[in-house]
Amino acid sequence: MSLHVQDLSFGARLKHRARVVAESFKRNPTMLFGVAVLLLMAGLAFLAPWLGLPDPMQQSPRDRLQSPSPEALFGTDMYGRDLFSRVLHGGQVSLVVGLTVAAMATIFGLAIGLVSGFVRRVDAVIMRLMDALMSIPSILLAIALVALWGSSVPNVILALTIPEIPRVVRLVRSVVLMLRDQLYVQAAIACGTSTPRILIRHILPNTIPPLIVQATYICAQAVIFEAYLSFVGAGTPPEIPSWGNIMAEGRMFFFQSVGIILYPGAFLALTVFAINTFGDGLRDSLDPRMQRRV
Amino acid sequence: MTEDTALLDRGPSADAGADPVLQVEDLRTYFDTRDGVVKAVDGLSFSVRPGEILSVVGESGCGKSITSLSVMQLLPRPPARFASGRIMFKGSDLLQASEEEMRRVRGNEISMIFQDPMSSLNPVLSIGDQLTEAIMLHQGLSQKQAMDHAAEMLDLVHIPEPRRRLKEYPHQLSGGMRQRVMIAMALSCNPSVLIADEPTTALDVTIQAQILALMEEIRDKLKTAIILITHDLGVVAEMADRVLVMYAGRKVEEADVAEIFERPQHPYTRGLMRSVPRLTTDFSEARQERLSEIPGIVPALTNLPKGCTFAERCAFATDRCRAEYPALEPKKPDHLAACWESANLPDWTL
Amino acid sequence: MYAYIIRRLVATIPIMAIVAVFVFMLLHLSPGDPAAIIAGDFATEEQILKIREQLGLNDPLYIQFGSWLINLLQGDMGQSIYSGLPVTKLIGQRLEPTLMLTLCTMLIAITMAIPLGVIAAWKVGTWIDRAVMTLAVFGFSVPVFVIGYLLILGGSRTLGWFPVQGYTSILESVPGFLSHITLPALTLGAVYMALIARMTRATMLEVLNEDYVRTAYAKGLATRKVLVKHALKNAMVPISTTIGLGVALLIGGVVVTESVFAIPGLGRLTVDAVLRTDYPVIQGVILVFSFTYVLLNLLIDLSYVLFDPRIRY
Repeated sequence: MSLHVQDLSFGARLKHRARVVAESFKRNPTMLFGVAVLLLMAGLAFLAPWLGLPDPMQQSPRDRLQSPSPEALFGTDMYGRDLFSRVLHGGQVSLVVGLTVAAMATIFGLAIGLVSGFVRRVDAVIMRLMDALMSIPSILLAIALVALWGSSVPNVILALTIPEIPRVVRLVRSVVLMLRDQLYVQAAIACGTSTPRILIRHILPNTIPPLIVQATYICAQAVIFEAYLSFVGAGTPPEIPSWGNIMAEGRMFFFQSVGIILYPGAFLALTVFAINTFGDGLRDSLDPRMQRRV
Repeated sequence: MTEDTALLDRGPSADAGADPVLQVEDLRTYFDTRDGVVKAVDGLSFSVRPGEILSVVGESGCGKSITSLSVMQLLPRPPARFASGRIMFKGSDLLQASEEEMRRVRGNEISMIFQDPMSSLNPVLSIGDQLTEAIMLHQGLSQKQAMDHAAEMLDLVHIPEPRRRLKEYPHQLSGGMRQRVMIAMALSCNPSVLIADEPTTALDVTIQAQILALMEEIRDKLKTAIILITHDLGVVAEMADRVLVMYAGRKVEEADVAEIFERPQHPYTRGLMRSVPRLTTDFSEARQERLSEIPGIVPALTNLPKGCTFAERCAFATDRCRAEYPALEPKKPDHLAACWESANLPDWTL
Repeated sequence: MYAYIIRRLVATIPIMAIVAVFVFMLLHLSPGDPAAIIAGDFATEEQILKIREQLGLNDPLYIQFGSWLINLLQGDMGQSIYSGLPVTKLIGQRLEPTLMLTLCTMLIAITMAIPLGVIAAWKVGTWIDRAVMTLAVFGFSVPVFVIGYLLILGGSRTLGWFPVQGYTSILESVPGFLSHITLPALTLGAVYMALIARMTRATMLEVLNEDYVRTAYAKGLATRKVLVKHALKNAMVPISTTIGLGVALLIGGVVVTESVFAIPGLGRLTVDAVLRTDYPVIQGVILVFSFTYVLLNLLIDLSYVLFDPRIRY
């Protein structure tokens, strides 16, 4: 099976994988659910400014901490701002942070991992650095970075990306090391194919499926960690609504109005759940080892 | 060849008159899969008597291992199910037995040894631990008594220094040693039936001979009925009293070992025999022929042809073969085969 | 064996050294004047100067690092800018609640997650398996503090079984300790449980396909014995690896959990230090957590010998 796939050209291989994914959608309805929820969340978040909702920043102290009503679906927060509008707008930051962190960690991790796996001389140094970086619990590192750099969305993204890189590096490197010893790569080397060409033609395509799976998990993690950072006061600046800081600001008023934490919490959890389900589905269909096991 | 005459000389070592200890009747083991029903075993009947070695032969995927796992009821249900059949053992039908009752049979009355001794022993438990487990469970012995018994069992299978071995772990033993341990484990509760599923396939040739000799010795000593599952006809000729040939889940031929090697009545059996490489010193033109193989592959068990399942690969197949599955009938005294063309097959020579 | 332990300990030294350099450099790699960052947005010139003096920021970098490292090796992590107390003392004061919370969480999570994972693997494909796995994905998906507030709502507000917040030392009162620690431990344990249960299930699924499991069934052993004695023992190495690596999640969760339940531990210390950009304290906490994490994982590596006789040191 793997032999056949390797015989094919890059394009045919991509088509093959796309078909595998399409089939797994059919077999795996929860994956479809994940994608549907994600699209819904993204739609709600990014279309929120055009949905005719109240301004998420508009304070009206007289209407503070109101229960849900037809005018304010989720009620209002302690400054009388419309919670529904805030929760929808808040999704923007979470999704942007999640997707950007996943993309950046994957790209940097891929680059470093390819170098580490293919250039013996720097491998040991890179891996020691990565080991050290991995031994600092990621949330702590991110908190410290934002504390020093100041609260802003780009800083949050960068602070969440850095701790994720070593994991991607390790993954890519392990794939590269495994492939290096495969006969067809050895044969390409023996034929005098240049290193960049081997990397691009033979190695890179094989790292993509596990990387996509890994990226979904990083994305899910980043959405949660953004909330943690905001919650401890080292995250998205308070003037931008995000699920994390809506909850952080509302915690003092939790017992008066539980919705202030539960609504954004539920949106966040549902989003992360959807990303995770999607990732699990992808893993089952893209990772041949898992496929065989089931 | 000298081997052939040796076969003729060998008298049946089984108690020819004794009642069968295990009797399988019309067993149908089906698997419900996404691609349809896989009829892994389809209407199989056979029996073994105490002290008899019954050899089940066939290519991989013909249902021989599923048969043994069916007897042990070790198949996960679902996807497996028994569409029909009885497995009579000591007066009761194992297919009707509860899980609780089956547990008392497994490893106690009927035990099994598997193909790969490297992976069949648990790597993280000591040999002693793994051996005493069944002894304590089935015979109610104390830990200490069980250890003594386990040491005796290792001695029976000719493992030197059994006391020391009991404390060791599988990775410290060689492949042959491990298979001896597996045999000791299987025999530790003195079962009436031993199912050996390709017991020597994973071993070196010299070790194979030792393990086979050990199994014969055990049979003679303990009168255990042995079901020997194999695809190796050399092993069959060496060990078996009776031979059962399976193809695509069904029995296609059954006879005493000498009879079947002398007068095979099914083209598939003949094909199997022809595909065995033989040691010879005759390098004349006539002996230089290619080792023959059976053309084609075993048909998919989800979509069996209407007629004889072997017809597609058979050089003697007629229209009738392709239309109608042949009945399993006696072709010679005590010699069953399922083939319409048995009578028209050419004279048998290897 | 001892030689191996010593070799492994020595091997962690370069890692810890890189961590130390990294933590030290964090401040200096940040854009802007380190003293101004620490002093905050509303600091006067005078305050900034004072901080620069106090942290020795006027010296060349290598001298700063050298003296910081020498102090660190002597167990001196500097003084808090906010309170002026030694960082080691601050950490020492806050160690107990965090340690107890983490231990209780691990205890609860491991004893619940492993059986759940084993059952899910045994009943693979059934509704039990799906239920356990869905729960696990939820554990990954719900932020720690949302779980915390939900538990407070249910366990303290509605049922009134547990106090809302606070901490009582186990040395003071055992019942008080238990009632205070239960909800935080459950909160913190959710993600960790999810992680271990998933890993247990995946490894068990692999192990249950092994030939020796079939051998065990063929002996007539009962399912429970096959699962626990034959299969789980083989699965323990990857499971314990996950238990070790998962502690990173716990450490992240501690910071949040302690601030939800107002537990005066290292997590709270971190949050307070972050809000005040009290850099020496942040540095100290990161170092302590990272070193503990590295040593714990070393300990787990060494424990493999308990599960697998093939591993010899």
